[in-house]
Amino acid sequence: MSDKFIRRSSATAARALGDEMIVLAVADSTLFSLNEAARLLWEAADGRRPLREIVNEVIVPQFEVDAETAYCDALELVEQLAGHGILELADQPLEQADA
Amino acid sequence: MSPNLGFAIGIEIGGLSIVLHTSDAEFAGIVERRYAGFRSDPARADARLDVTIVAPETFADQAGTELAVQLAGGCWLIRRGDFFAEWEPRSRAGAVTQSANPYSIDSVIRIVHSLMLAERGGFLLHSASAIRNRCAFLFSGLSGAGKTTITRLAPADAIRLSDEVSYIRRIGERYVAFGTPFSGELNAPGENASAPVEALYFLVQGGDNRVNPLPVATALRKLLRNILFFAEGEPAARVFQSACDFLAAVPAYELTFRPEAAVWKLVA
Repeated sequence: MSDKFIRRSSATAARALGDEMIVLAVADSTLFSLNEAARLLWEAADGRRPLREIVNEVIVPQFEVDAETAYCDALELVEQLAGHGILELADQPLEQADA
Repeated sequence: MSPNLGFAIGIEIGGLSIVLHTSDAEFAGIVERRYAGFRSDPARADARLDVTIVAPETFADQAGTELAVQLAGGCWLIRRGDFFAEWEPRSRAGAVTQSANPYSIDSVIRIVHSLMLAERGGFLLHSASAIRNRCAFLFSGLSGAGKTTITRLAPADAIRLSDEVSYIRRIGERYVAFGTPFSGELNAPGENASAPVEALYFLVQGGDNRVNPLPVATALRKLLRNILFFAEGEPAARVFQSACDFLAAVPAYELTFRPEAAVWKLVA
């Protein structure tokens, strides 16, 4: 089964403040506030781990949801974040992932 | 006197000095008067701007053009309907072309300082500021929020740093507010003084006086809306990180107030 790979865009700056993760898209200075699920995905987005693996290891244990539903929700979420340019989404591992 | 451009005028704001070189005597007089409280030794300046004065008609075909700040080849290009400027951060030198008026150079100086501050973990903030009991207090808000009003209500022993634009620098682990010549409705420069920042208040005019702590994420959004920064890209990311660092060190509040001097008992 094909999977997706996600990586934090280098054109962002981010900071965890209290319970929130605030992300700045530097191209247009737009601010995004990530909810808990988005924050977990963001923090795990190293470009190397498949999205399904991230969901199973990070999202499913945190929320009372089955793996398939969690994956579908996560995919929708990362597509939105990618649409805003703060996350990269690909069918292959993303090289030169940030540290 | 500069050997090549006639007049050399040092202006120090926030501990960073810029020397303006110009050959235009009228413009030199304008600058000397406008920044009278912020003059410094031009020979000891941190940065240099060469100002070429042209006839106002030179900009007639671009009147009303909004400010644009772009980085190209390591040089900032700053353009507005009434001036054109270049600023090279590496050499800390730049050039300005404008007519003989104080408003264009005032804008260029603000922008150059904002760029220099971004490299140092500081920023210019759209806020009034004052020192009381050796601590600085910031009162931020967009136009109409009450910055001039709260400045007018300040006790007699308060030192006014600005009623419009505050100058914030990180010095060690502390944030220090400096007075600026940039004025709002008071049309008067601030005092050339400085003190560590004790608190940041976001102003809301209301029927009573009260102070509410702000969650740091909320404060960050408000702070970023009020930081004067004109560039995007990597420098904007630095300002974002500076704002986060600032809020880790300085408490932020929402200050609801009505126009009476008693509000100062709540803040300083």
